[in-house]
This record gives sequence, structure tokens and C-alpha cells, in this order.
Amino acid sequence: MNIVVCIKQVPDTKGGVKFNPDGTLDRASMLAIMNPDDKAGLEAALRIKDETGAKVTVVTMGLPKADAVLREALAMGADEAVLVTDRVLGGADTWATSSTVAAALRNLDYDIVITGRQAIDGDTAQVGPQIAVHLGLPVISYAEDIKIDGDSVIVKRQYEDRYHEVKAKMPVLITALSELNEPRYMTPGGIFDACDKEVTVWGRADLKDLDDANIGLKGSPTKIAKASDKVPKGAGEKVNLDPAESVNYLMEKFKEKHII
Amino acid sequence: MGLEEYKGVYIYAQQVDNELSAIAFELIGKAKELAADLNTDVTAVLLGSNVKALADELGEYGADKVIVVDNPALETYRTEPYAQALVSVIEEYKPEILLVGATAIGRDLGPTVSARVATGLTADCTKLEIGDFPLVAVPGKEDEQKHNQLLMTRPAFGGNTIATIACPDNRPQMATVRPGVMQKLPREAGRKAEVIEFNPALEENNRYVEILNVVKAVGNVENIMDAKVLVSGGRGVGSEENFAMLKDLAACFDGGMVSCSRAVVENGWLPADYQVGQTGKTVRPQIYFAVGISGAIQHVAGMEESDLIIAINKDEDAPIFDVADYGLVGDLNKIIPQLTEALKAAKTE
Repeated sequence: MNIVVCIKQVPDTKGGVKFNPDGTLDRASMLAIMNPDDKAGLEAALRIKDETGAKVTVVTMGLPKADAVLREALAMGADEAVLVTDRVLGGADTWATSSTVAAALRNLDYDIVITGRQAIDGDTAQVGPQIAVHLGLPVISYAEDIKIDGDSVIVKRQYEDRYHEVKAKMPVLITALSELNEPRYMTPGGIFDACDKEVTVWGRADLKDLDDANIGLKGSPTKIAKASDKVPKGAGEKVNLDPAESVNYLMEKFKEKHII
Repeated sequence: MGLEEYKGVYIYAQQVDNELSAIAFELIGKAKELAADLNTDVTAVLLGSNVKALADELGEYGADKVIVVDNPALETYRTEPYAQALVSVIEEYKPEILLVGATAIGRDLGPTVSARVATGLTADCTKLEIGDFPLVAVPGKEDEQKHNQLLMTRPAFGGNTIATIACPDNRPQMATVRPGVMQKLPREAGRKAEVIEFNPALEENNRYVEILNVVKAVGNVENIMDAKVLVSGGRGVGSEENFAMLKDLAACFDGGMVSCSRAVVENGWLPADYQVGQTGKTVRPQIYFAVGISGAIQHVAGMEESDLIIAINKDEDAPIFDVADYGLVGDLNKIIPQLTEALKAAKTE
């Protein structure tokens, strides 16, 4: 069995957000990590590998430095890694990204494609389902559990107030939630091996069945009209009093506002 | 086909178990504003099995037309038959705008449909308006500026940045909107929508999945999005037991409930249903108490629209104070019980 996991290198926004003196986001100083949902997807693939001996290939699209997340995936236990990188692919929205990643996947064998539900930089949750459309695969989003059953998968698909237990014949695309599992750490041996392994690098020319009209900034139907760092809501009053005085202060405010 | 052939503002009217989701009415509320600017009307698209009776409710909340696709294959949500049905509606009726809720269903259906009809989709929008693209015409290229475009504003980078996005060359212009962000209109009893029954053939193919089981969350989970007052706890609350203190405070208010930050869910103190923020729920209660919550930007994104924000935190530099109307620096273990007592005393006065 072949499993392909799509991963993305993202800035670590969780707890590591830093601002420049002018109030803009200091992107340069933020750590680049493997997107958490993708890492859970990789872990799910590695567990299937542990059980069945499946081959796990990781694919990322990004800048050459995204090699780092592929090395991490190899050190965790992935067998092969592909970096899709080319200047002409930059600035892609989810349509162009999914078109490009789907083209890369056409070069590979897969029974299961796993993506993270969403990346913590864009938070769109769109690329996984859209890759499935381009490849004509059934999609099961928001997976909290994945099991193999013969030539099918059985997945717990999460909704707000319920889950569906869903069965689909392979090949299939699944989007993983970070709640799916606790990803394993890289092993020292794995790190050692990962340095030696070769990462396959594909540029635009290696991607077939891909129209130039569907890649990069120009091939993106959505266009950015304006982008700005968020202006925080102005702070109100802040008091530093002993607890009884704090309570009195707040009770007065409640009375002024007719809350009590 | 020319883009000008696409007309009308459409919303996907999500139903689950043949009950309309609140997001359907919220989307109609926003769609009415957009339609007024475009001098067009609002159509709700209702997909399901035996759902026609729900069309009246959509009319009462402001839909001018309701397109109903009623088919046994649509009884329970599955990506494939729902995507086929919605794509058929788009191909037949050609909307210029289609809004979908950013729910666990909409965030699956939206991208699937947008990719099939080869248009753009902007996720989790917090603001939608009609305007020009580019916002300001390029000098000498005034005639290239497009008017009456849907401008979709959304947070990105974990809420650190805000982007306004347009989809100038493809139709429909599609957006998902998080529940609780837009306001529904007051219900107008007896208001009728024109109901159009549409029956596209749904073709069973390899993309159909089989639902083996539907397992609903046990118990009657209260929905923090319905709360009038939220007493929300963070890591600083310290333990699961300490949440009893927050519940007592919440009980002092009609419609008061407890909610929490992500850290609390990660510690297992409360279930994920109670989480406010980017990966939780967006809430806008009349009063939001942030208790022992530092105010990570992902949390603030889910509560900053609350009418009145009160922060209680021992760290006077906590970022939560930057969005609070009233900030109390101090020990929540002392302030919360005393505040609860004071509120109880005020009630009996």
C-alpha cells in the first residue's frame, strides 16, 4: 500500500507571535514548523505503515527551505520525500495550490492521500478537498480516526455535535485533525538516516497535466485587494486594586451600564 | 460565457436532521445587504430529503427565492451527492455570489464545489461588502477597474493579519462565513419566498462514501454561541475544580454560561464544545469575562466582537487587557468569589 502525505511548512503562530517596534508582525523571527494538522496526518500514515508495511511518501510545495519539514518527516519514519518548488508556482491561492499539488501526486502511486485539515497560516481548510476534486477521489474531511479494512478505509468524520463513521474504497483522500493522535518524535537513528536520504525536487517542468493558467499568482482566481496587520481594538480602563476594591469598581461600572 | 450572465446573491441553507442551522439565517441577513447594493435578490439553496417544508422559514428570515433539491440521496450529509447537487444549481441558475457557512459541512462542501466549477473561494470571512477591484484604479488604467465586486475580508496568520480578497474574473464569487459573525434579520411571520423545485440527476460514482454509523454527542450540550453572558476561563484558572467558581459567577446572569480558551481544552478541564477562538467558536455575548486568559491572538479572534469585555488577570502585561473594556489586575481566586457574592447581594436588594 502507498500513502502520500501532503505537508506544509508554516510559521509557528502558537505562542511565538512577535511584533516589530512599529506594530507589524515580525515574520522573520518566527520559527518555521511542520503544520500541526499535517503532522497528525503523517503520524496516522506512519501508524498504518507500522501495521501493514505501507510505504509513506511526503510531499510539500514551498520555498527550497521547506526541505527542513521533509527531513523531519523522514526522521519520523517516512520513506520518501518530494519537494515541489519553482518560482512560477509562488503566490498561489488554494485553487492554484491544489492544482499544482494534484499534478505532483499524478507522478506518484497512492492508495491513500492524507492532508492536514488546515494550515495555521491560512486556516482555509480548502486545499485537501480541492486536491480530491482534481484527482477525482472521494474525500473524507475532519478525520479523528482512520482504520484500514481490506480495500477500504473506515474513518471517523467529525462534525460539531456528532461524528459519522464513513467507509470509502481506496484510493481516497483524507484530511486529518490534529486531535487524531500525538505525533511521534524523531529518533536519533531516524535523524541520522534523514540526513543521508535524498529529497526528490520537482520544478514546473516535472509537473504534467497542469495548465499554466492554473498555477502561481496569475492562475489564482482570488486576488488580494488589501492586506494589513491587524489593528488591535483600543484598550479600555485597567485598574490594579485589592480584590474588594476591584469588585466595587466593577459593580459601579455595572450600575452605570444598567447591567444590575 | 460572460461574467455578466451571473446574477443574484445565493446562500447555502444548511440543514442537519431536517432542521435549518442558524448560519442559514445569518447568511441571508448579510446577503440582503449585498443584494441591495447590487439591486438584485437573495436566493437560498436548500438541499436534503423531505426538506421542502423548511422553505417557509427561509422566506420569513428574508430569502426572496428558495431553490429546493429534494432527493433521498441527500438525507445525510455526504460530500459527493451534496457537491453534485450544488454544482448543478450553480450551472443552471448562475449566481454571481454564493455564500456558505464555515461549518464542518460548509468547509468541506465549499472547497469541493468551488474547485468543480473552477472559481475562487475565500474562507472564514468576517466582513463582506460590494466595492471596486482594485480598490483604487491604477492611473491610466481606470477602465480596467471592476465595479460591483464582492470584497471579502478575512483574518489570516492565526488572526495576526487581515486581508481583503476579490474574485474579479471568475463566477460565482464564493465565500464561507463563520457562524456567529453575521446577524440574522428579525423573523417576519408570513413572509413568503418563491419556491423553485429543481431535480438534477445525482449520479452515484466512486466518490460516494458509505455512512456506517452516525454517533451524536451524548447529553444536551449547551451552546456557548447562544449565551448572553460568558464567563470564560483560561490556563490561569489552575484546575478543573476551580471552574466551579466561574460557574457560580455565570449563574448570576440570565443566559450566563462558562466557556474557555484552548489551553483549558488541552488540559482536559472542559470539552472542546466550550472553546472560544480561532479553532473553537466565535462568540459575541453582551458580557464576556476573560478570567485567567492571557489573550493569545487566536483567542481574541473568537471573542473581540463581544459588547463588553472584562478581563481579570494577575499579569498586568497580559495582552487580553488590550482588548478589554474593563481590566482588573489581581488574583482571580479572590476576585471571582467576591464578585459573585456582590452580584447575589445586589439581586436581593
